Amino acid sequence: MQRLRFDPDLCLKCETVDCIMRCQYIHLEQDRAKEEHDRLVRGRMSSILHECVTCYACEEYCPHGNHPFYLIVERQEALSVHPVPVPIEKSQVVMMGPRGKIRPREVQAPVINMCFFGMMKGGIRGRIFEGVSTIGGPDIFCNLMFLHFARNSTIKERLPVMIGNIMKFHLEPSGVHELICYHDECYGTYTSWAPAFGIEVPFKPVHLFDFMLKRMLDLKDEIRPLGFTVAYQRPCSSRLCPETDSLVDDLFALIGVQRPKRRYEYGRALCCAGVIDAAQRFDLAEENRRKNVEDMRAAGAQYAVFNCPFCFWTLAEPVMKAGMVPIMMSDLCLMAFGQ
Amino acid sequence: MDRIKDRLEEIVGKDYVSCSAEERFIYSRDQGVQEPSEPDYVVLPATSEEVREIVLLANEAKVPVVPMGGGLVLSGLTVPLKGGIVLDMKRMNRILEVNENSHYAVVEAGTSQGMLDAYLRKHHPRLKHSLPDAPPVATIAGNIAIHGSGHLSQSEGGFHSEMVTGLEVVLPTGELVKLGSCSTVSAWFSRAPLPDLAGLFLGWNGTTGVITKVGIKLFPRQAHHDVLIFMTEDVDAAPDILFRVIHTGMAEDINYALSPKPDYLSGFQMIVINVTAHREDELALKLRIIRESLRDYFETKEAGFMPMPPNMKAGLLEVPQKALSRFADVRKGGGFEYVGAIMPLEKIPDACRAGMEITERNGITYSLGARIIGRGHSAMFFFAYPFNRADKDEIRRVRSALEETNEEAIRLGGIPWKAEAAGQKLILGSMEPATYELMKKVRTLLDPNGIMNPGNWEV
Repeated sequence: MQRLRFDPDLCLKCETVDCIMRCQYIHLEQDRAKEEHDRLVRGRMSSILHECVTCYACEEYCPHGNHPFYLIVERQEALSVHPVPVPIEKSQVVMMGPRGKIRPREVQAPVINMCFFGMMKGGIRGRIFEGVSTIGGPDIFCNLMFLHFARNSTIKERLPVMIGNIMKFHLEPSGVHELICYHDECYGTYTSWAPAFGIEVPFKPVHLFDFMLKRMLDLKDEIRPLGFTVAYQRPCSSRLCPETDSLVDDLFALIGVQRPKRRYEYGRALCCAGVIDAAQRFDLAEENRRKNVEDMRAAGAQYAVFNCPFCFWTLAEPVMKAGMVPIMMSDLCLMAFGQ
Repeated sequence: MDRIKDRLEEIVGKDYVSCSAEERFIYSRDQGVQEPSEPDYVVLPATSEEVREIVLLANEAKVPVVPMGGGLVLSGLTVPLKGGIVLDMKRMNRILEVNENSHYAVVEAGTSQGMLDAYLRKHHPRLKHSLPDAPPVATIAGNIAIHGSGHLSQSEGGFHSEMVTGLEVVLPTGELVKLGSCSTVSAWFSRAPLPDLAGLFLGWNGTTGVITKVGIKLFPRQAHHDVLIFMTEDVDAAPDILFRVIHTGMAEDINYALSPKPDYLSGFQMIVINVTAHREDELALKLRIIRESLRDYFETKEAGFMPMPPNMKAGLLEVPQKALSRFADVRKGGGFEYVGAIMPLEKIPDACRAGMEITERNGITYSLGARIIGRGHSAMFFFAYPFNRADKDEIRRVRSALEETNEEAIRLGGIPWKAEAAGQKLILGSMEPATYELMKKVRTLLDPNGIMNPGNWEV
């Protein structure tokens, strides 16, 4: 079984414990934070394991890249701390599991991996996505969502199979070497989680925003600036690839929309609260959603843009009730092409 | 020449009488596994007077009469076990009155659930009636006659037969009678304070008369809806979870389900809680109170509320539930039957275990579940078995499972609902002899010639 590439000494020597001190959901004084953090590192029970809402943000906060969130998940699993009720966890393991029904299908570059979100394929259309092939489904699903369920073991077990399926059934027979990841979750899997656990990724993962940006630069003359103010909901998995957050700024600049100054933005972005609901912390989830949406509205946003379908499903209704329009990034960019 | 056919044609017109082989075939069976039995005549009356004349004719000719609504009962209650006339009530489908202030509607017996629902949505959008999870062509009268239940049975007073405010009935001897307030004054608002004679026609499977009009209670239609699913693996926890949710007084409908399909729900007890409210903040408060009632369950992480994507939630907010119709064809081939046993809530765990044992023994698939009735006074526990109509061996196995289930339901302390003739015999075998004697006396008094749906409620 793959082991987390993690340096305990680096953590134990860390004085700032940014992973805890910057966390927006765990509120501990510095000394207590260090104490709980050290218990975590040493494999002992810690309040952090219970309080963590699994927002992934500490992966971004750690200045050493020492994977504090992956460590939390390892410890939760080892100590049987279940963030989400066990029946829901078990049910999700079956629901999202491979079906063994994948068949070879020739694809043409560029290829977008829709992850488990085949129902969102309708968004892959128009000028930006001309000539694109899509793949997706449970037999090539990254399974990274099980970080929310304290189940690194499920990812370890399934990811190599999924990568093998992607290569064997889609990329290798078609001679394709790059895979565009529709969801940040897949991109984060291949660029962060897999290397952290020593799993080789035999293709080049490309973030969807990166692909869209390049395509749109080629079509720059066709773009009509939209002139909207748009709030961006960062998905949890963008914490695994924080460098991609600047791509949002680039896309916004290209389509002529403004990303307003917000309290909960960039590093301080709030979780959509879907997983907080799953953890049965309903009051916290509600409060989190209220703060997030009020912040969007106070910043003057007319639209709230998403890349993660799960964030969209969780926040679309409160966003609409607050008088804003929820929209996926691909659809927002297509609007700039009059589509 | 067929004298009875001629007389029937004189009563309802030539277009509404048939004894053709095709019609007799169709009316000889329902979607369940009961053996078919052909009628001699199929008749579609348009008025209570026509029903009355048909019944008088049947008495004269000593021919059985079997009233039929949507024909969806599955257990053969509208299959003419001894031939005779099937009285298809679907032409009598007028909505006669809706009283907004007093919250009731008066409909003819062939009015379907879908028709009343659509009519209320269009003309009285503040009101609704309790819908069973049956296809919309199920009739109001058919459903109340078999003690049906629906999405307001938990919160608004129990079985649909308990929501009846009045009846018009053609007795087996041809008299047209009104029961409830409509017998004394013009309005159909209540069965009280008069002697309650409606019970002579509810639960009798059409053996005591033909219901021609129904007064049915209406309820406020709220603008806001939501649904929660609470999951646990502990079957024995179900009664306590249900008790807690019922006691919040916040849930409109509460259902319990256990099914091997889809595979990700196999082995989990699901408590589906529908909530409605007039205002958004009222809805939020109701949801919070329900969640709070189960806090000590979900804090252990041994059970919890399932997160649901919008498409799943939308499906669960549908009334009636289309998912049940889809399950009915899970084996393909269009066969579906179930034992719905009315039982106390505390028997749910044992009923689940029994259902799984029976299906395993008979090699068939299942869906088990329960709708809570009348704030927990009882539950309609269903043991549902889909089958492929083209697979004779599977039909045999399902029939065997249904027989075993009927026996098991009684052994557990429940009573099979809308039981087929054999199930009725089983119930009567367990009934106090004096009670059955009273049933026989009532029936003989009302139907001296024994023409009404013979073969039902008989030993």
